[in-house]
Amino acid sequence: MADKEQREGMHYLESLPRRWVTVYIPLLLFLFFLLFPFYWMGLTAFKPNSELLSSDGNPFWIVEPTLDHFKKLFVDTSYPEWMWNTVIVSVVSTFVSLAASVFAAYAIERLRFKGSRQLGLAIFLAYLVPPSILFIPLATMVFQLGMFDSRWALILTYPTFLIPFCTWLLMGYFRSIPFELEECALIDGATRWQILTRIVLPLAVPGLISAGIFAFTLSWNEFIYALTFISASENKTVPVGVITELVEGDVYHWGSLMAGALVGSLPVAVMYSFFVEYYVAGMTGAVKE
Amino acid sequence: MCWIEKPVCSTLKPVNGSDSGNPSVSKLISRWLDNRNVLGLLFMLPAAAILLVFLTYPLGLGVWLGFTDAKVGRDGVWIGFENYEWLWEDSVFRLSIFNTFLYTLVASVIKFVLGLWLALLLNRHLPFKSFLRAIVLLPFIVPTVLSAIAFWWLYDAQFSVLSWALVKLGLIDEYINFLGEPNLARASTIAANVWRGVPFVAICLLAGLQTVSPALYEAAAIDGATPWQQFRNVTLPMLSPIIAVVMTFSVLFTFTDFQLIWVLTRGGPINATHLMATLSFQRAIPGGALGEGAAIATAMIPFLLAAILFSYFGLQRRKWQQGGADK
Repeated sequence: MADKEQREGMHYLESLPRRWVTVYIPLLLFLFFLLFPFYWMGLTAFKPNSELLSSDGNPFWIVEPTLDHFKKLFVDTSYPEWMWNTVIVSVVSTFVSLAASVFAAYAIERLRFKGSRQLGLAIFLAYLVPPSILFIPLATMVFQLGMFDSRWALILTYPTFLIPFCTWLLMGYFRSIPFELEECALIDGATRWQILTRIVLPLAVPGLISAGIFAFTLSWNEFIYALTFISASENKTVPVGVITELVEGDVYHWGSLMAGALVGSLPVAVMYSFFVEYYVAGMTGAVKE
Repeated sequence: MCWIEKPVCSTLKPVNGSDSGNPSVSKLISRWLDNRNVLGLLFMLPAAAILLVFLTYPLGLGVWLGFTDAKVGRDGVWIGFENYEWLWEDSVFRLSIFNTFLYTLVASVIKFVLGLWLALLLNRHLPFKSFLRAIVLLPFIVPTVLSAIAFWWLYDAQFSVLSWALVKLGLIDEYINFLGEPNLARASTIAANVWRGVPFVAICLLAGLQTVSPALYEAAAIDGATPWQQFRNVTLPMLSPIIAVVMTFSVLFTFTDFQLIWVLTRGGPINATHLMATLSFQRAIPGGALGEGAAIATAMIPFLLAAILFSYFGLQRRKWQQGGADK
């Protein structure tokens, strides 16, 4: 309670009308700006074509909601397959990256071997290497390795941006676990492996969740690699499939495009809503360190 | 009980059992595993292997490809700086550099101003504070490509609801061709980028704001500081280290943006929104000129390095600024 009062600072001195002008109205404008595209996306997905293309009537509402666009999406296109591909690629690459990152972060942060500081910096720099400068050489590699047009191409390349991120985040998390706990375990004769699995990992569960959620979202969002390495319709991920397959010539099927965008956003949105705190901790933690 | 075994084993046994093969090997291994350098390398192995093969090597390969005339399905030969010489003469490439800088600069400045403002608003005592924070971050977590499709629809030349609203309000007579005219298209893509980037900046800065002690504001107020002076002399200095890092990230990701442009305009109209990343993709993958595309991508590296160095000094500054009391 005391904390709450302290947080409020001296803003209670402000009068209510003044607060409306300085806080609530700008905030409402921000919310409108940030949320309107979602409202529009959802609205369009349920709007019948006749209403979409007519210029009279109120465009902000639906007279006769319809599920036609979703039906078209799931029956006429490979959308379910794209979903499945995205799920598999995201889940596998997230777990692979998380496993590799736990060891790397523990080694850099706690084993303090020769050159660990430099490696920590190198990991940070690796996080800053954008996919837009890697996709061409990676495409030639993927082709030579015979992985073109397969999920493996994505599962193996996504860790290039996931591992640096997860390692960096987990390094910060491991740093917050008291050294004394490990020293006690060492004196008791525990091996490094036992320390990692029995002491550090259980304490780092929130950090692991943060890193995992964030990594999952990052791989779900990935676009340029999937666009470059995949060509067959049944191997595409949701973002690539929606862009390349739902747009036919000049006729835009806005209803099903929006339905595809909505359904494709749902998994990350649902996951996010369950783990907001972890997600925010992951994002700010990665920036703060 | 077990605690006494270990040290005894590792110090005494190797001397006694050096001629009896097997046990000494396992002792050797366990002693090795106690060595932090050996264990460290072992633990680093999976991450290092993936990063070396799929990040460091392609980075070098990309720079090398930039000096070759590689095409899709054909290995290139070394042609020196020909790609760069050719690109230097290429007006589209020059335009893409200009576009990239314009896009990055304008979008980053707007994102910073709006993000800081939103962070300050969210830092106030508000009802449903955590819910608001969760909602605000939504644009950032939804896949960029999918939200870009929503913007594409919002910017549609014929059915744009933005045009509809403006016409109904009597502000304009004709529907706006958002993505059809060069400068309008630039503004529209920047607006979509800002929409996605503001929540990231705001939530990160909010995390920074929450560490600023309210006592500082009270002290400033007692000294007679106006709200603007409080912001200028308390908030900004306290926040500057985190601003430096957040904005470096923001600048980096805006500079190398690909998804948003590719969905909204594919670089059009008349290359007015081509960024270096989209031009590199277009030349290399649909165009097939891998060498040229790689050269364009490589040309982004100096700018990225400059941004990273800026970030590095931003981080350095933090240490003396907070007198080491930070950690």
